[in-house]
Parts: sequence; C-alpha cells; structure tokens
Amino acid sequence: MTYIAKPKFHHPGLPKNELGYTHRDYEGKISTLCAGCGHDSITASIIEACYELSIEPHRVAKISGIGCSSKTPDYFLGNSHGFNSVHGRMPSVLTGANLANRDLIYLGVSGDGDSASIGFGQFAHSIRRGVNMTYIVENNGVYGLTKGQFSATADFGSKSKKGVTNTDNAIDLVAIALQLGATFVARSFSGDKTQLVPLIAAAIRHKGASFIDVISPCIAFNNHAGSTKSFDYVREHNDAVNRLDVLVGREPIAVDYAPGTVQVVEQHDGTKLALRKLDADYDPHDRLGAQNFLQKHAAKGQIVTGLLYVDPEAEDLHAHLDTVETPLNTLDEKALCPGSAALDKINASLR
Amino acid sequence: MKPTDISAPDYFHKVVDCQWACPAHTPVPEYIRLIADGRYSDAYMINWKSNVFPGILGRTCDRPCEPACRRGRVEENPVAICRLKRVAADFKDNVQHRMPKPGPKNGKRIALVGGGPASLAVARDLAPLGYHCTVFDSDPKAGGMMRSQIPKFRLPDSVIDEETGYILGLGVEFKGGHRVDSLKKLLAENYDAIFVGSGAPRGRELDIPGRKEAASNIHIGIEWLANVSFGHVDKIGRRVIVLGGGNTAMDCCRTARRLGGSDVKVVVRSGFEEMKASPWEKEDAMHEDIPILNFMVPVAFIHNNGKLTGVTFQKVKAEYDAKGRRNLVPAGEPDQTIPCDDVLVAVGQENAFPWIERDCGIEFDKWNMPKVDPKTFVSTNPKVFFGGDAAFGPKNIIWAVAHGHDAALSIHKLLSGEDINERPLPEVHVSSQKMGIHEWSYDNDISADKRFKVPHRDKVIALKDIRAEVELGYDVKLALGEAQRCLNCDVQTVFSAPLCIECDACVDICPMDCITFTENGEEDDLRQRLSAPSPHHDQALYVQDGLKTGRVMVKDEDVCLHCGLCAERCPTGAWDMQKYLIDMTYAGSTCQTKARSAA
Repeated sequence: MTYIAKPKFHHPGLPKNELGYTHRDYEGKISTLCAGCGHDSITASIIEACYELSIEPHRVAKISGIGCSSKTPDYFLGNSHGFNSVHGRMPSVLTGANLANRDLIYLGVSGDGDSASIGFGQFAHSIRRGVNMTYIVENNGVYGLTKGQFSATADFGSKSKKGVTNTDNAIDLVAIALQLGATFVARSFSGDKTQLVPLIAAAIRHKGASFIDVISPCIAFNNHAGSTKSFDYVREHNDAVNRLDVLVGREPIAVDYAPGTVQVVEQHDGTKLALRKLDADYDPHDRLGAQNFLQKHAAKGQIVTGLLYVDPEAEDLHAHLDTVETPLNTLDEKALCPGSAALDKINASLR
Repeated sequence: MKPTDISAPDYFHKVVDCQWACPAHTPVPEYIRLIADGRYSDAYMINWKSNVFPGILGRTCDRPCEPACRRGRVEENPVAICRLKRVAADFKDNVQHRMPKPGPKNGKRIALVGGGPASLAVARDLAPLGYHCTVFDSDPKAGGMMRSQIPKFRLPDSVIDEETGYILGLGVEFKGGHRVDSLKKLLAENYDAIFVGSGAPRGRELDIPGRKEAASNIHIGIEWLANVSFGHVDKIGRRVIVLGGGNTAMDCCRTARRLGGSDVKVVVRSGFEEMKASPWEKEDAMHEDIPILNFMVPVAFIHNNGKLTGVTFQKVKAEYDAKGRRNLVPAGEPDQTIPCDDVLVAVGQENAFPWIERDCGIEFDKWNMPKVDPKTFVSTNPKVFFGGDAAFGPKNIIWAVAHGHDAALSIHKLLSGEDINERPLPEVHVSSQKMGIHEWSYDNDISADKRFKVPHRDKVIALKDIRAEVELGYDVKLALGEAQRCLNCDVQTVFSAPLCIECDACVDICPMDCITFTENGEEDDLRQRLSAPSPHHDQALYVQDGLKTGRVMVKDEDVCLHCGLCAERCPTGAWDMQKYLIDMTYAGSTCQTKARSAA
C-alpha cells in the first residue's frame, strides 16, 4: 500500500499511440495490493495492451467479482466503464452487459477463488455460450485476502506457507475452457510481460470467448519453496509453446524468422497474429491435441504457456441468438414499438 | 555494460545535477529541504560553508545549477535554486555565533591581492587555521566587483557588508585603499604565500571611427558602473545606447534607466538567443522598457565637432559553416544610424597585470595571462597562487569562490610541507532514509506546482531610486511552495540485486519508466532497449547484475523523480532510498595526506 499518489509527470520522450495517448493515460488509481503482487504486473500488461491497440478508454467495460484480482480494475483504465460485482458473478454481469450493448470491449477480471470456486459455474457457462469477452484469471493458487488457504487451483502436493501439503486435486481452468469451447485460450505468467502483453492484445481483438489464465505469484502467501505458483517455480518449469506478435491494420508482416517457424493467423477483424513456434509439434488450431499436450506436460510438472488454442473464425453469443445489432439503450421508439401490423405477423407465426 | 560502482564518490554526485554543476558543489537539495522545514539558519550555514556568500549569490549568481536541474527535464522550469538561497539569507536568525573563530596564530602570513570573492574565500578558509591573512584592495571597502560593478538595485550594500564582515571578522587584516602596484615589492615583504585575486579589471575597448573624438560621451561599462557605485556619476543623457550582450550590458542599461536615460537601447552583434547575458537578466531589462536590437555591428560613432550624436551600425546575419561554426556576414541592408546622447561600451572584460614584473618568476602565456595550474592554482612561482577572474579570465562569483577553496587548500598544504598536487578525496556519506514501511525521512510526494515568480518592486518606484532593490525575494509561503518543487535528487535509488525477486513491481510503478530488466549489452545497444528512450548520454545508466534470470537491472538516472515509489513497491527491500552527502575537501579537513575512499 502506498499513500502518495503516483506523480502525474511522465517521461518527456514517451511515445504516443494513434489517439495521442501515452501508456500513462491508460492507468487508474495507485494499487492498494501488497508490494510486489503479480496482479500489478497483469494490470501493467493490460495497460500496455490497450495502449498498443489504441483503444479508446470509454469503449471498454471492465467487470470483476471479489478478491485481490477483482480489485485490480480500479488500477487500470481509469476512464473506462467498470462494474465490481458480487463474488463469482462477474460472468453473469458481463454476459448481461454484453447482450445489452455489443459495441463495448468487455474485460472480465477474476481470480482463482472467484472463478474456480464460488463462481465456477458462472465461469463455465459464460465460456460455453461464447460471450465476446476477454476473461482474465489472475491465478495465484491461494486465498490471499483470507491469509493463505489453498485455492481450487493449488496443485496437488504443493505446500502452503505454513508447510501444509495440499491433498486436493487442482482445477486446471485452461483445460476446462478448452473443453467448454472457448475459441481463444492462453496461459501466461505475470513475470513475463513480453509474452503476456501480446496475448492480452490478441484476446481483446478476438471475437468470441477469450480466456487467459495468468499465473500470478502471491508475494505474501504463495512465493515460498514448495509452492508451484512462486516466481522461482514458474520460471523453472515454464514451457512456452510459442511467442506471439500482434499486427493490427494493414502493416505488412515483417518478421525475420527462419521460414516455417512462423505461423500467421488472421482473425475476423483483420488482426494478424504472428506465432513464432518454440515447440515444433504444437498446433494452436487443434483443440484435442492441445488438451492432450497440456495433460502430458502437466503430468511432468511443466507449466505450458503461450497461445494454446485459437479459432479465427469463431462466432459469438450474439450470432448464435441472432440479436439486434444496435445497443438496447439507443433503440428508438419506432424500433421498440413497431405497431400492430408487426404484432399480427408475430402472432400469425405462432398459430 | 559493467555493473555500476556506486561507491565511486562521483557517481551519485553526478545524479545531483545541481550540486555537480555548481563550481563550489553546494549541497542544494539538502539546504532546500531545510528551507521547507523553516530552518533558514541551518540552510544558510550549509551555503556559507560551500559558497561563502549566500546572500550575495542568492541575488546575483550565474546559476549554473538551474539549467542542470532535473526538474527542467521533467517540466518547463527548473527549481528557483538561486532565489531559495536568498530566502535562507533573508530569513535566517543571527548566525554570528555559528561562524568559525579565529584560530591561534600559526605564525604564517598570507598576502591576498584584491578584496573580491576569490581572495575572501581564501581568507575564509585559512584564517580559522591560524594564518595571518592580509587583503589589499584599492577600494575602501571589501567586496571587489561585487561592490563596484553590480548595481545596488540588484545587490544592496548591506548584504555585501554583512557577508564580507563575517570573513573580516575572522581576524583578517583588510588594507583598503591600498593598490598593490608591484609584485616584486610584495614578494620582498616575505609573505609565506601570495594569492592574486585581482579580477579582470579592464573593460574592452571598441576602437571604431569617432571613438577618440566623441570620447566624453562614450563610457567603458564596468568603469562607469564603478563610478556610479561610488557616487562619482549620477546622471546620463536621455538617449543611451548600450553596446554588448553580456550581463554587464544588462546592468549598464538598467542603471542608465535610473540616471535619466528615458530612451535606452541595447544593441548586440549576435542574435538575441546567443547573447551571453543570462535569460533572466535580459527579461529584467526588457521589463524596464529597454529594447534589445540584434544582428547589428557598430561601425562608427557619429559626432558633431566632438559632441556624440549617434552610432552607425552594419546589419548582419548569421551563417553556419559545415562544422556548425557561426559567422556574422553582412545582410546586405543599408547601414542604420541610431541617434543618442551617450554610449556605454560593455563588450567584454580583460585581465591586466601591469603590476606584475615579468622577472619575478611568474611566466605568462601568449595571451599575456599567467600560467596557472588548473587544479592547484599555483603559478610558476611556487609561492604565488591565482584565482577568480585573475586566473583564467572573466567568469563569475561562484567560480571565484570555487577557485578560492582550491587555492586555500594548496596554500595550506604548501605551508604544511605537503605535496600540493595530492588532492584528498571528498568524504561521502550514504544513509538510508527509510523510517517505516511507507515512510521516508524526506517528503517524497512530488509537487506539481509550476515555478513561482519572485515578487518585484513596482516598476515606477523602482526606476526612481537607484538603490531600491528590484527583487523583493520570496516570502515564507512562496519559498515553501518553491522548495517543495525540489525533487530531492540527493536521495538516491540504491539497488541490491541479491534481494531482488524480479517481480517487476518497481518497473510497473515507476512514473518515469526509468527502470528496465533486460539482457545485458553494450551501452549504446542497452540505451535502445530501455522502457523509455534515453537520449541524454551524459546521464548515467545504473546497471546491476547478479539476478537469478541472468538479466541486468538498468536504471536511467535521467528523469528519475526520486519519489521512492520503486522502494515502496519493492516487496523485498531490494530498492532503498539513501541520502548522499558529500563533504568537499577544504583547507584544514582532517586526514589531509591520506587519500580516503568513499564511505
């Protein structure tokens, strides 16, 4: 916790994006989390991704539940819409908001407690419905606000700060998201922004349910020997399958890697994802293969990170339901009350 | 890059840009904090130790510190360091009892030629050690050019009397009205050492047609200012042209405005931007309705049977050659004659040593300047030292003081039988400022205030009285606001790699994007890969290795606000804020011969 406000001064040579904003313009209030919290690095990554994509802050809705992670939307995009909802209910609130206004960019921010315990069902349903959103879980494997109990994502056999061994099996949110049909699935690490920032940018540009599981060490309760979510452990066991560059607009792809090692994926909106393969066998378009790969590596104690699955042709909930394109709050009376002729037509169709 | 050695005394000194730029290395942030705390006397004494004339310099210094001030790289204007110095002098209590006492006499006698800042600084350092110092000056009172050439509306006599008084009160013998006209004679009086601080007393001539004929209305700037200062001159013509673009020209024109010159113009050869005068002195002149005309070279004084009527100027323009050197070439426009009643020539100052016989062991160079060692200030006669403008030509008061300190050290070493070339290292203290988890012993909240203006006396009143000080100085409230703008650059960010867990908290919180964790490389390459551009190569990169991932921590010192947020957000205490204080070595510091390493 820091008591002074972050000075408004910024580096005089700071670059500006297309909107004329520096990355400082995407900040929120100063963080009240513990010093060194991994969540703050995720906050910085979201700021960086939104800056790089030249997103207008007022076009973003950031929605969260309860927990350390769910506090973080206060620390980024200070000029965006926000809704800090009930514990585990972020996905419902986000789904509702998205149905009412599909024009906004939806950022769901949650934690392992919020999404893998109390909100596990909510998480599952928002993914399987294909809500167009970026769902980020800041996953530290521990209940930080209640002083360090194992969460549902803590690995079997890992040790708490007090030395207790976890006897419950862990929920792998990435595996669940893959199984439930998420069309963009990634895992990353708060201590590796070069990997995380492009993943967030690509997820924001993805039309459909994007899910990113970010391992985020809890400095206060889960950064000790025996933890599988500590800085040291994740750095030692991190197995990145690819590196991502996000190319927006019509910029030519100038990636100077050896031929065959870069795979370009074009998303719906023209965003190109240049994927530099680190694991030659890994195919991010193979949902089944991804699930196998994850389980095999998890069994060996490895943490697979990178863009794990993407379906560039994905559809979202609005397409499934054939809803009106106009945000509900801008529908005029004529559209909402089309008259008795329209009513007769509907009634006739139901006879 | 190799890891930065922060134990080298210069490393952190350079980060305190103001102190590094100050010739006397005044600990600026330290005294500004004391001002913010209302401890004006303490702030004054810190200044007094470093620069000897806080009240005088707080009004007149050339302020090399201010262009260097980090605040000027972060927003528009640097901290008003100079005027805060004056605050310390204005609001201090009686400090007489805090001055050093004259030491028991050691039997050694020092002659000091000239009673200006250089000589007085030497006397200040040597008198408390027991040396008998005798200052000779042709003027009746001590102060040299500070008294004779700086107009009273910028620097009242009372301030000069007070601050020269502190030095003369150390048992220094002052022989006023005594011009030294032969070094040989002085040498024959068997002083143990002689210090020459006689300044650059001769104003440069402007030898163009009409100079001799119209001489009665053409005055050499510094001589005229001295005559005004001593009351020999009290009026001037209505229309006055001041030739020259330095600070003396600014003093001349403003003085002329107060002695009856209602139409005063400054005319300079160069462009307005390249003028030697400090920007604030130009501003003050223009504020008093004095236009500055540029790119005009005087070619003739026009007179009517010896009565000056005007000056003719050739119009020029600046051209730059391939090496970027400027040449003034005729602009091709017709010459312009500006009518006037008097001309003040302020086109430079020169040294003059007619009183130094060329056969008394002092060698001169081809510019007729004595050969002086830039470190020890000794001439080719081992007993004769030079300092101030007399040593290397015209500079300013703060350089004269710095020379005085160094020359005093040399004299003390010489007369203690030591090698004067061996200069003891300064003493350095570095101490953590941590008081609690988020508490520091300095105010780390960064003020967003713009530079506060110093209140001025109403122009109508100021122009009527040549002794009415124009600047009124900050009041306590303004001083506090201005003091809060200081970034505390002496509170250093100190990094300990073994404690770092590479969580990026410092990188994320740093408001200026100063910190980067990356692969090591050569400096040029590394500067390219920082979180924010690093265009100022004179600003150091602080590099530390020994991190678990094999990367290095690189901090660009350039625009760090010293807000301490990196240290506040660091979970392991790998960052700490530590105050750096450097004690420059003066004559009589302990452990003189033993070269000390930094703390």
